[in-house]
Parts: sequence; structure tokens; C-alpha cells
Amino acid sequence: MKPYTNFNHTADLGLAITGASEEKLFANAAFAVFDILTDLGRVEPRETRRILVEGDSREDLLINFLREILYLYNGERWLLKEIRVIKIDQKALEAEARGEPFDEHKHEICKEIKAVTYHQAEVRKSPDGWAARVIFDV
Amino acid sequence: MRVPGIIYASDKLMKAMGKDESPKQVANVAQLPGIVKHSLAMPDMHWGYGFPIGGVAAFDIDGGIVSPGGVGYDINCGCRLAVTSLRRDEIRPQMAKIVNALFQHVPSGVGSRGALKLSRSEEKRVLVEGARWAVKNGYGSRGDLESMEDGGCLPGADPEAVSERALERGKDQVGTLGSGNHFLEVEIVEEIFDRDVASVLGIEVGQVAVMIHSGSRGLGHQVCDDYLAKLVKHVDKIGIKLPDRQLACAYIQSPEGQQYLTAMACAANYAWANRQMLMHWTGEALEKALGMGPRELGMRLVYDVCHNIAKIEEHIVDGKKMTLCVHRKGATRAFPPGHPALPQKFRKTGQPVLIPGDMGTGSYVLVGTEKSMEMTFGSTCHGAGRVLSRAAAIKASKGRSIRREMEDRGVLVMSAAKGTLAEEIPEAYKDIDEVVNVVHGAGLSRKVARLRAVGCIKG
Repeated sequence: MKPYTNFNHTADLGLAITGASEEKLFANAAFAVFDILTDLGRVEPRETRRILVEGDSREDLLINFLREILYLYNGERWLLKEIRVIKIDQKALEAEARGEPFDEHKHEICKEIKAVTYHQAEVRKSPDGWAARVIFDV
Repeated sequence: MRVPGIIYASDKLMKAMGKDESPKQVANVAQLPGIVKHSLAMPDMHWGYGFPIGGVAAFDIDGGIVSPGGVGYDINCGCRLAVTSLRRDEIRPQMAKIVNALFQHVPSGVGSRGALKLSRSEEKRVLVEGARWAVKNGYGSRGDLESMEDGGCLPGADPEAVSERALERGKDQVGTLGSGNHFLEVEIVEEIFDRDVASVLGIEVGQVAVMIHSGSRGLGHQVCDDYLAKLVKHVDKIGIKLPDRQLACAYIQSPEGQQYLTAMACAANYAWANRQMLMHWTGEALEKALGMGPRELGMRLVYDVCHNIAKIEEHIVDGKKMTLCVHRKGATRAFPPGHPALPQKFRKTGQPVLIPGDMGTGSYVLVGTEKSMEMTFGSTCHGAGRVLSRAAAIKASKGRSIRREMEDRGVLVMSAAKGTLAEEIPEAYKDIDEVVNVVHGAGLSRKVARLRAVGCIKG
């Protein structure tokens, strides 16, 4: 089962993400973005990127993290295949992403995700671990 | 709430609006510092983030705020209408060829990259000069500039306010349509409501026209995102309490507010250069498909409007002249006849307003009115407005050939991305006639002409 579901937002893309731990939750959020953006079956983990972000709260941290994740494709045309969150506390996060540069002959872009918004963003503890809700501009 | 909220709607439209969170968003905007008179929403209102889509709010330049979320990610997303000398009957047998040529010649689709890769210094010139840069470089003619809001260039644009990331995203996207709800449509003028104004605008029944809907692409998104991140911190520092962090803002007169307006002007100018180039290539594609020259095609820009913008404007509030920062988030400026911001040729008619409908339905041309100055800070609606979420639209279109359905309605459609047509099915949008009748009935703008789509390129 996928660690995320879509919820309805009139104009844009709402995602509800879950994870057994906080690390997993953040990693799953990054996975969700690229799972929607491309066919991950065609992406290989050939390169490693380190991601460091800071935030004032868990929500802020998640949004700043997803900003960096989105910039991988939107700015650098790089596709993420897998991600591991190495360290996380309420204010900072360190992660390692593996993937490869976008190649139009090899990869497919299924859906453009243009930005992550603060609107109704939420990170909370759930009975099964952690859960988050985020709305993206598409 | 510091001021009351007003939503312009019909009973039918209001029923759909009540179902999402947009009325609450109108109330949220009414809480922002320096808001004047009302927090407004046009009849195409739907749930956005921060401001509702279809929202209009004006803030006193002294003590009021500017909000990147009140402009939106796609800064100066907008549309333009150009008419040609062609008649409906001339293109009918050639439609497949025309739509193919447009699809081949005009870059569209997810993350579309253009035919042009700009050096940093050239890109910065685009940010400063807007559509003028495009004209200087051979895209269209000087005469086009008069038929754009602000002559296709907002003053005060300084690329120093734009991040390296934004410049990087913008370097090869100028002259690209993009994806989502952006489109390029071939339309036929079907009905004229105001003969005198239509004749001044050069619009007549049976004429072939082109509507282009696009914005500032990745560059605009990055500018919005950069300033949101910055201002979310800034509001905490200056102690403004917000009902939604997406409404992050700065006082207009503060260095932070001024810097955002400077960067926003850059992105707005990028969008005007973008639409100017898209129009030029559209003309070339039509010439190629029909085997004719530019003179025979006779393509002429009617007008170009912004949908997502904040502008410093003068308005009369309670009998007093005030300088305001008017945010239009999914709304169109609709200045009346005689307004000093309008060039001579629109002084008698009022500013042309272009309202695109859903995919393949068509569009309206309206003009601004005195009443819009009194009621809505010279603003009107911007389109049909979504009613179904994208996910619901995809569900509703399962097992259907949307392309075939559109063809049966007389609209040839091509799309770069697989999912786009399903997301953009006509029933995902409100009834454009209903929306336009509300703004016409309320006197916020006046109907001039209605166009019907016959061909559509979706990003």
C-alpha cells in the first residue's frame, strides 16, 4: 500500500501522508512527490544528493524540505528514486536522496507539481505513528 | 474581520461555492492589516490557498500589506486575444492541419523548454523590459504594446530582487505555454452584444481569433515561493497574526514589501514577454498551415490581461482619493471609459476584459465600467472557475475519450500530457455564461462578444 493518499482540493493537489516514524513520514512525503511526478520504475539510483533544511516548526520543516525536493526536478531536472532521512529534530533535517538526471528518452513526466503551500499544512502524531497533510500547487 | 466580505454570485453559483473553503478564505483576507472597504470575491471564486481564487482585496499604501500569496504562484498568469483576417469557412476544412501545426510549433506541456535559451544578462533584460524586449527581438510589433495592461511592462522591476534559483528556472522557459490549465485556442466570434465597442476593438461575427492563456512559468513560481519563505518568518518578527500562513505578507512601504513588489514586477514582465512570443509563434504556425504570409493572415492583438497581480492604483474610497495596492488573485482589471491608465484607443470603450471558459467552450470579451471602480476597485472575474477537483475530474472522465467528445462538439484538441484532458473536462468548471452574466448583471463589466472554440492545444 502506498504511504499517501490524495484528498480533494478544488484547484490543486492535496496529499495525506503517513509514516511509522517522523523520519519515515518525511521520506514518504518526498517519495509521494516523485511517485506522482514520474514513473519511478524507470528511474535508477545512480547519484546521491544530500539535503539539509531548517524550519521553525514541524510543519515549517516539512514545507522547507518539500521545497528542496521539488527543486530537484523543477530547478535541476533531477529525479529522485529513493530517500533516507538521516537525522531529524523539530528544527532541522538531514537526508540523502538517490536518483539520476532527467533524460527525456528514458523518463516520463506524468504530472507537474509546481510548488508546496502552507495552506492547512499539518504534521501530527497518529495512532500508527505520524501523519501529515499538504496542499501542492499543480 | 476588519472589513466585511462580499461575494458576487448567482443562487446557482453560490450553492457550489458554499461547498468548499473559499468563503472562509474571503473572511481570512478581511483580517489582513490595512485592507480597505471590502474583501471581495468574483463569481468564479473557488478554493485556493491563502486568498480564494477569484479574490480581490485592496490595501492602503500607508499601513497596508502586500502578500505574495494574494498574487499567487503564477505571477501575471493571464490571457490575450488576437483576431485575424480569416473567416470561419476558410479554416473549417484545414482544422486538423492547423491544430497540428500549432502543437508542433508552439512549445507546450509539462516543464516545456523553449526554442530559446537566455544568457543571464539577456534574461535580466526580459525581466526589466517585458513585452518590449520581445518586440525588440522580432516577436510581434510595437503596436502590440498599446494593447496590453501597462504596455506589457510593469515599472520598477529590478532583477537584483530575483533569486538565482528563479533565474535558473526561467532561462529556457520564455515562449512556452506550460501545463495544467494553460492553453492556446482557435476560436470563432459567434455573437456580438455591443456593436459599437466591438467595431472599435475590430471584432466581427465569423472572424477567426486566437486565445492564449499562460503566465510567468517556473520563474514566477520560484519568486512567489522565495518570498513566501522569507515573509513567513518576517510576519512572526513584526507580530502580524495570520489565520493562514499562506497569507504571509509585509507592509507595502517596508523594505521587504518593496523588494517583493520589485521581484513581482520582474516575473510579471517575464509573463508578458512569454505571451508575446507565444502569439508570434502562433501566427507563424497558422501561416505555415494555411500557406499564407503575415499580411494575408492579418493577426492583430486585441488585448492582454493579467489574472494574478498586485498593482499600485488610485481609487476613490468614501469620497477620498487613496493610493492602494490592489491584489487580484484570479481576477481581472476592468477599468472604465476615460480612465487615465488606458491608451487613447480604449478611452471611449473602456478597457477590454478577456474571460476564457472551460476547454473548448469559448470565451467572452467584455469592457470595464464605472461601476467596477465604485464596487470592486476596477475588477471583474477571470474565467469559469473550477467546480470539480482534479481528482474528481479524472474519476468522472474514466472510460471516456475526452478527445472524441470534444471532437463531437466541434473542437479539435491536442495535449502534451496524458492526464491533462481528463483534469480539464468541461464539467470540472462552472458555466462560463452564468459567471459572465453575474458580472454583467452587477455592472462590473459589460458583454461585448462571445467566441466559440474550434481548436485547442492543452499543455
